Amino acid sequence: RGVRLVSGGVGRIEKVLIANRGEIACRVMRTAKKMGVRSVAVYSDADRHSMHVAMADESYHIGPAASQQSYLSMEKVLEVAKKSGSHAVHPGYGFLSENTEFAEACKQEGIIFIGPPSSAIRDMGIKSTSKHIMSAAGVPIIGGYHGEDQSNDRLQAEAARIGYPVMIKAVRGGGGKGMRIARSDTDFLEQLESARREARKSFNDDVMLVEKFVEDPRHVEVQVFGDMHGNAVYLFERDCSVQRRHQKIIEEAPGPDISPEVRRKLGEAAVKAAKAVNYVGAGTVEFIMDAQHNFYFMEMNTRLQVEHPVSEMITGTDLVEWQLRVAAGERLPLLQDDIILSGHSFEARIYAEDPNNDFLPGAGPLLHLSTPPPDQHTRIETGVREGDEVSAHYDPMIAKLVVWGEDRSAALKKLRYCLQQYNIVGLNTNIDFLLSLSGHPEFEAGNVTTSFIPQHYADLFPAPRAPSGVTICQAALGLVLQERKHTLEFTQTSTDPFSPFGSSSGWRSNIHFNRNMTLQVGDKKVDVVITYSKDGSYSMQVGEEVYHVTGEVELEGGASFLHCSVNGVKSRPKLVILNNTVHLFSMEGSSQVSVPVPKYLAGVSGSGAQGGAVAPMTGTIEKVLVKAGDKVSVGDPLMVMIAMKMEHTIRAPKSGVIKKVFFTEGSQANRHAALVELEEEVEETEASSQ
Amino acid sequence: RCRTLPLACSRTYYADKVAPVGSQPDKQSSEYQENYDRMKVLVDELRSRTDKIRLGGGEKARRLHTSRGKLLPRERIDRLLDPGTPFLEFSQFAAHEVECVIVANDATVKGGTYYPVTVKKHLRAQEIAQQNHLPCIYLVDSGGANLPRQADVFPDRDHFGRIFFNQARLSSEGIAQIAVVMGSCTAGGAYVPAMADESIIVRKQGTIFLGGPPLVKAATGEEVSAEDLGGADLHCKKSGVTDHYALDDNHALHLARKAVRSLNYRKNIEVTTEPTEAPLYPADELYGIVGDNLKRNFDVREVIARIVDGSKFDEFKAFYGDTLVTGFSRIFGYPVGIIGNNGVLFSESAKKGTHFIELCCQRNIPLIFLQNITGFMVGREYEAGGIAKDGAKMVTAVACANVPKMTVIIGGSYGAGNYGMCGRAYSPRFLYMWPNSRISVMGGEQAATVLATITKDQRAREGKEFTAEQEAAMKEPIVRRFEEEGSPYYSSARLWDDGIIDPADTRLVLGLSLSAALNAPTQKTRFGVFRM
Repeated sequence: RGVRLVSGGVGRIEKVLIANRGEIACRVMRTAKKMGVRSVAVYSDADRHSMHVAMADESYHIGPAASQQSYLSMEKVLEVAKKSGSHAVHPGYGFLSENTEFAEACKQEGIIFIGPPSSAIRDMGIKSTSKHIMSAAGVPIIGGYHGEDQSNDRLQAEAARIGYPVMIKAVRGGGGKGMRIARSDTDFLEQLESARREARKSFNDDVMLVEKFVEDPRHVEVQVFGDMHGNAVYLFERDCSVQRRHQKIIEEAPGPDISPEVRRKLGEAAVKAAKAVNYVGAGTVEFIMDAQHNFYFMEMNTRLQVEHPVSEMITGTDLVEWQLRVAAGERLPLLQDDIILSGHSFEARIYAEDPNNDFLPGAGPLLHLSTPPPDQHTRIETGVREGDEVSAHYDPMIAKLVVWGEDRSAALKKLRYCLQQYNIVGLNTNIDFLLSLSGHPEFEAGNVTTSFIPQHYADLFPAPRAPSGVTICQAALGLVLQERKHTLEFTQTSTDPFSPFGSSSGWRSNIHFNRNMTLQVGDKKVDVVITYSKDGSYSMQVGEEVYHVTGEVELEGGASFLHCSVNGVKSRPKLVILNNTVHLFSMEGSSQVSVPVPKYLAGVSGSGAQGGAVAPMTGTIEKVLVKAGDKVSVGDPLMVMIAMKMEHTIRAPKSGVIKKVFFTEGSQANRHAALVELEEEVEETEASSQ
Repeated sequence: RCRTLPLACSRTYYADKVAPVGSQPDKQSSEYQENYDRMKVLVDELRSRTDKIRLGGGEKARRLHTSRGKLLPRERIDRLLDPGTPFLEFSQFAAHEVECVIVANDATVKGGTYYPVTVKKHLRAQEIAQQNHLPCIYLVDSGGANLPRQADVFPDRDHFGRIFFNQARLSSEGIAQIAVVMGSCTAGGAYVPAMADESIIVRKQGTIFLGGPPLVKAATGEEVSAEDLGGADLHCKKSGVTDHYALDDNHALHLARKAVRSLNYRKNIEVTTEPTEAPLYPADELYGIVGDNLKRNFDVREVIARIVDGSKFDEFKAFYGDTLVTGFSRIFGYPVGIIGNNGVLFSESAKKGTHFIELCCQRNIPLIFLQNITGFMVGREYEAGGIAKDGAKMVTAVACANVPKMTVIIGGSYGAGNYGMCGRAYSPRFLYMWPNSRISVMGGEQAATVLATITKDQRAREGKEFTAEQEAAMKEPIVRRFEEEGSPYYSSARLWDDGIIDPADTRLVLGLSLSAALNAPTQKTRFGVFRM
């Protein structure tokens, strides 16, 4: 399939400023490089050493970490655009991507805004307006009230007219903010108030719309593209039904179980929608779809979406390249008949978050990061590398894993295989959750709806399985081999490099060396008795079971693998040992086993598992509730911190006396930083002896 | 019989290529199998006896000890060492990549009190520290001198007081003295931490006082708890007897490791080293080659072949005085001069040995004696040939040699042969025995015959009869006694050696011993007058 080159157009793009960060900035730059277009990055204080900065041909600092003063600052971005002589600005998604004023300002400065005309952004940005337009253009829309009368009575009356359940949504809302469901007349007002409150806080605007709430709907969206020559095409649909916190985490194209007939109807409706607003560039038309595959227009996103790669994978296109060409005034590289759907693609979003804690967003260092090897059918869209920090200032998405297969089941198999090889240490991620999600029989069957996670909650969050004896043996072996390596390294650099004292053989005269190793496995301490055998193998006793263990650590592609044999069964989990914790990653999942911090060192530091009073994530100390000398009992609140826009109360892990408070109100605490020094309560016996 | 050797990086082709010593034994032969089985029995016995020793003072005492939150002595040592580091028990080594001597009292045996042999062992450990320049770590958990045995542990030169004399002298030589008080240190015992360079004490567990609560009560009527009298709080906060305050055993050992790290110690090794090469033959073949029958001959080169790097042995004077085998090798990369017995010592063998010892001292090469010796040759011809003065030359050389000397008794150790082959009296840095070995002034059979002959002669002078039965009855207990007293267990229990080892471990034990020995700075050797 060739790309039609069309000469002429409004401008030349030889240098593009990417007004964004993270994976999307890197994604845009990759295509820019391919096309020979120079790329200009902007960065905040927090991103000084980020990947997108390293990737760009030029980079400009635009302010402090807070996005209001950096990535959202139109003036600063425009200034850099002018200073750098950029011909165009690519806004990515989020930040300034759907900001009419910014699009307008670019135009005035003679800089190409890579996106639709500002009028289209404006029309589609206000939900009530967009629905009017769509309705007029003959695009199916869902029943609702988008009126100006915002009185409680009117809204409630409209809700009754539409029929419960209804969705109350902020007109300017998005990303689940300012959105509530009212199931009956009785809870309507409460939900309304709550939605307004959130909307005011988030968008400084509490205008609400009410619409029919479709029970267990699917979220199906169509990728569209328009050019300045009146052409508009669709690149088929994506299904993004499976969501948590009203945010997508796994997307696929095409939508499962959608007939060619419905597919064509969806596409044509989307093109109709695009044409209704003279759309130019990449856009997404979102529909909600009920069980009978009836679909209704929801909204149109006037930007390149996070999940655009799945559409690229099934159509063999590069949508960023299309954006750049179309923005330069070229015609669409392909017209509808040339766009052929092939195979199936999945995208899984890998987030720094804690699925077991209501998907609480996280932040922190990527101490270890290894990925499946990228290839033609496996894309790893990321903006971070090992050693980077997932900043609390921005979206906690670490990467998008995109795969392609001949059909849905092939692609899904590939997705799971790759997820198992995506291993991260340093912060909580949703990888294990994505694995259980993508392995769920209902997901495999394509029975996806927006209620998927709550409906299958129990299956998706199986009770944590205690690591097996075999896993504990592997962890112990990993530790023993690490000790051996350290000793060997030390010996080899010493003045006596071949001394047999450096052998770590555990040799003892006439007896076998039995070693007791205590490991922290979940919230339990497990004793492993390791006997060093003469032949270099180990026998390990865990509880009543005795295992015969041998193995070596092998390096492959920058990651360490534990090639081991436990009772004759060979395996090769990936091995990461960081801060006294062993992380094992295998096709069966990941497990963690750590060496407990000795009691004498646990006084101040100590990790969460040890019950230390530490910051659960990087954040700001909002309130300090104790002072030195205070007596506290287990569970007493010590501090309140704000992190990831949420309040966290840090409680005393044990009873005792506060010796020192390390942070004051308003200061920033890093993840795992000790917040207070807590001296354990002296035991009765000691108290009496003094 | 020549196996291919990996070509070591040498500047000339084949320069390093030496024909390896040793040969493939015929494992099907009945002799090999009998030897193997019998030695295996001895090694198994050694293991099971050691297993008993490691348990210390029995189940009850151990339970009581651990119920107090204390670790057992060997656990203490394990946690003090770098994880997985070899530990050469009875006497030594290694914490924080620094080789050390560790002395740990076992409170589960007689409350860790000092019996005569306990004192001897403690002093031997300090002697090892002194000779090899190794820092000492004392894990103290002892009730002090055993009172009922005070006469055998208190007054003499090599009794209890010598421990503290040694601590002072070792410290003065720059050999670190670190004490970890994990139990009581009463009376004289109080001087172990007090004399130490740096001391650590475990709270509510370690106590140090010159007189314990019962003594104080008897002397002054004052009633005081052990903790108040000499606990960690007192000594870390008031008296200053101890320097570091530990919360428990594990913490104390952690602090001890930190103390070793702060020694700023660097091993200065004054010999050349080379990468290690395993011997060409499996070590357990020694069982089948040597066996337990001391009357059966074996070629000591077969033993050497299973001990040295790559089975490479550069033999010296191979065709001269061939009952003594001498030559150069490496063990774990360290250079060694090996002297092994292949029969009784003749004048030539003694002179060859003397020459070889001189060479090693000249070149600063540690000496390894593989002792399997019935003695020097006797008889008129040999006495006339001056075997006494040639033997004396070798004894002089052995006595004066200041390079590290290590002795392994791999068979018999009889008579003056023991002297010439660096027996205990010649202060080898380390002396080990194989379980098949025997040590005595002469063989039991010979001794009995000597005594029987004297009696017979005496009877004959008195005109009395000495029947064959009478002779047998006289010889039997003598043979039995020699057999018992010549046993390696009898020897080891009296600290005549530094341990009985599995023959298959010989290479490693020697490697560890060499590594330890090379901590000490080189001392020049000055030989005494050789009778020519």
